[in-house]
Amino acid sequence: MNVLLRNREALLVVAILVLVALIATRFPGFVEPANLGRVYNDTSILIILALGQMAVILTRCIDLSMAANLALCGMVAGLINLAYPDLPIPFVILAAMALGAALGSINGLLVWKLEIPPIVVTLGTLTIYRGTIFLLTNGQWINAHQMSETFKRLPRADLLGIPTLSWFSILIIAIMFVVMGRTALGRAFYAVGGNPHAAVYTGIDVGRTRFFAYCLSGTLAGLAGYLWVSRYAVAYVDIALGFELDIIAACVIGGISIAGGIGSVPGAVLGALFLGVIKNALPVINISPFAQMAISGTVIIIAVAVNARAERRKGRVILKKAEAH
Amino acid sequence: MADANIKSRHIPDRLQGRGARFLKSWESLLVVVAILIFIANSLASPYFLDPWNLSDATFNFTEKAMIAFAMAMVIMAGEIDLSVAAIVALTSTTMGYAATQGFDTPALVVVGLAVGLVCGAINGLLVTRLGLPSIVVTIGTMSLFRGIAFIILGDQAFTEYPASFSFFGQGYVWWVFSFEFCLFLGFAGFYALLLHKTNFGRAVYAIGNNQTAALFSGVRVARVKFTLFLLTGLMSAIASICLTSRLGSTRPSIALGWELEIVTMVVLGGVSILGGSGTIGGVMLAALIMGMVTFGFGLLNVPGIVMSIFIGLLLISVIALPILYTRFKRRITQ
Repeated sequence: MNVLLRNREALLVVAILVLVALIATRFPGFVEPANLGRVYNDTSILIILALGQMAVILTRCIDLSMAANLALCGMVAGLINLAYPDLPIPFVILAAMALGAALGSINGLLVWKLEIPPIVVTLGTLTIYRGTIFLLTNGQWINAHQMSETFKRLPRADLLGIPTLSWFSILIIAIMFVVMGRTALGRAFYAVGGNPHAAVYTGIDVGRTRFFAYCLSGTLAGLAGYLWVSRYAVAYVDIALGFELDIIAACVIGGISIAGGIGSVPGAVLGALFLGVIKNALPVINISPFAQMAISGTVIIIAVAVNARAERRKGRVILKKAEAH
Repeated sequence: MADANIKSRHIPDRLQGRGARFLKSWESLLVVVAILIFIANSLASPYFLDPWNLSDATFNFTEKAMIAFAMAMVIMAGEIDLSVAAIVALTSTTMGYAATQGFDTPALVVVGLAVGLVCGAINGLLVTRLGLPSIVVTIGTMSLFRGIAFIILGDQAFTEYPASFSFFGQGYVWWVFSFEFCLFLGFAGFYALLLHKTNFGRAVYAIGNNQTAALFSGVRVARVKFTLFLLTGLMSAIASICLTSRLGSTRPSIALGWELEIVTMVVLGGVSILGGSGTIGGVMLAALIMGMVTFGFGLLNVPGIVMSIFIGLLLISVIALPILYTRFKRRITQ
């Protein structure tokens, strides 16, 4: 039991299983594999975004502009499709990701070169990015009938019985797993967030690492922008409005410390899934959709409280060891 | 003789120092920006300088600014409260519900203030008792409070308020001066005194600069922080009373996105997001600037979202410019 409490990912898995079991008692159809697959598919975009946000939070920064970045990239992907309906979709995706990376790098440069606090930078770019969508389109929508069939079909297309949208998230999870665990950059994210001063002495450029974290979150926001717009087959100024807080909530539930340096890829994925299960289950078991916000808010607070206790315990153990010597 | 000499030299020095400090200060930069926007506005539209128009313009910022004063102190103490807009929504829907149950204006105000204080107390307890980071706590309570507002109201709207309730948002105290604007000025004075002239204000700065040091020098950190969250809750309730009264109706989506606008206002006002520095005067100027920008763009029929681009650019550039300036100066002197 103690091991379980200390391992945040295991705790989350148990929490999700308990949640699913509770839902199954009232609506058995929820646990059918096909439905669970749908829930995962529904959460894919949140997973992708949470992984990007995780990298930024690990370096003691925050990216409030992610949802605005997503909306802008999604709109641009839609506009490209509108102007060149025959352009192969991979080019559209690459364009969206490149734009996302560019927007992320603006955040990164402001944090790195001018040393403006991240929350201020991304608060500013959040409004700028979303406003730019309006400038691009004059507030007009791109509707389903204006998008080409291939543009809309991709996220829904089946590959080995799983929608491509799910494959995208699986691919990103795999890539992030390698990046965070097996590359110098991934370790630098942890080092910078864990102790920036120590990171400098080990030869890590703190500012540049943060810059790369923002580029990463921007790129993933760009990808998510295309996926969002093509999946829902509509693009307008306000898509994903307020979603930045869902993304951060997923990270926090997943045990990523807002103070930096602590967190893992499975944690972020599980945190997003936890929110996804709640979101998908509430309508199924006849809880009013209006109660959804209140419930997810309560979940966030409980998750933070549990995580904070886990962190504190770790600190005390180290102290005891030091005292023993 | 020597004594007198020191004195006479000392006083002008200090005055000079104060004047020079003001000229170099953030507030003076804001004054310049405010004057420029005022001139631009009056050039852009002949209707701008009409006193009734100017009075109307104050509604663009007074409600947010009242919350911003309390938020400024929270941020100065190194915390943040993202749940303020949700408290506005919850207070507003609760008052709407109470109004349908036949409550009269004074009772509605009491209900509103009580809801705000309870919300603030929940935030304060979570942050101080459990030692949780306020940014995450208030993201959680933000969903919680607005969620409760949605549970109370669903997708409906309350519109039945007693006639006397409309005074808070629509009443005028003296000629063109609205009750809200006077309330804004009153709170500006109150918070300026609270922050700059009391021990409580000094404690806020101390906590923001170094919480551990503040604790060891006898500041009751938890109590001060709890009070600050109570204040943001209370100010959100007051802003909610004004807003609800002005609009004459309530929806759970009321004041959506205000939390970020209010934080922008505070940061633009020169309060360091890292805590420990800033003034109420700066926040007041930033509120005036944001109000004038909104109003000026409105006169020119520019959509609100374009204004938000401008506010975003203003926020980043106002903070970046002094940094760039000091670097530039350093490069020249070297």
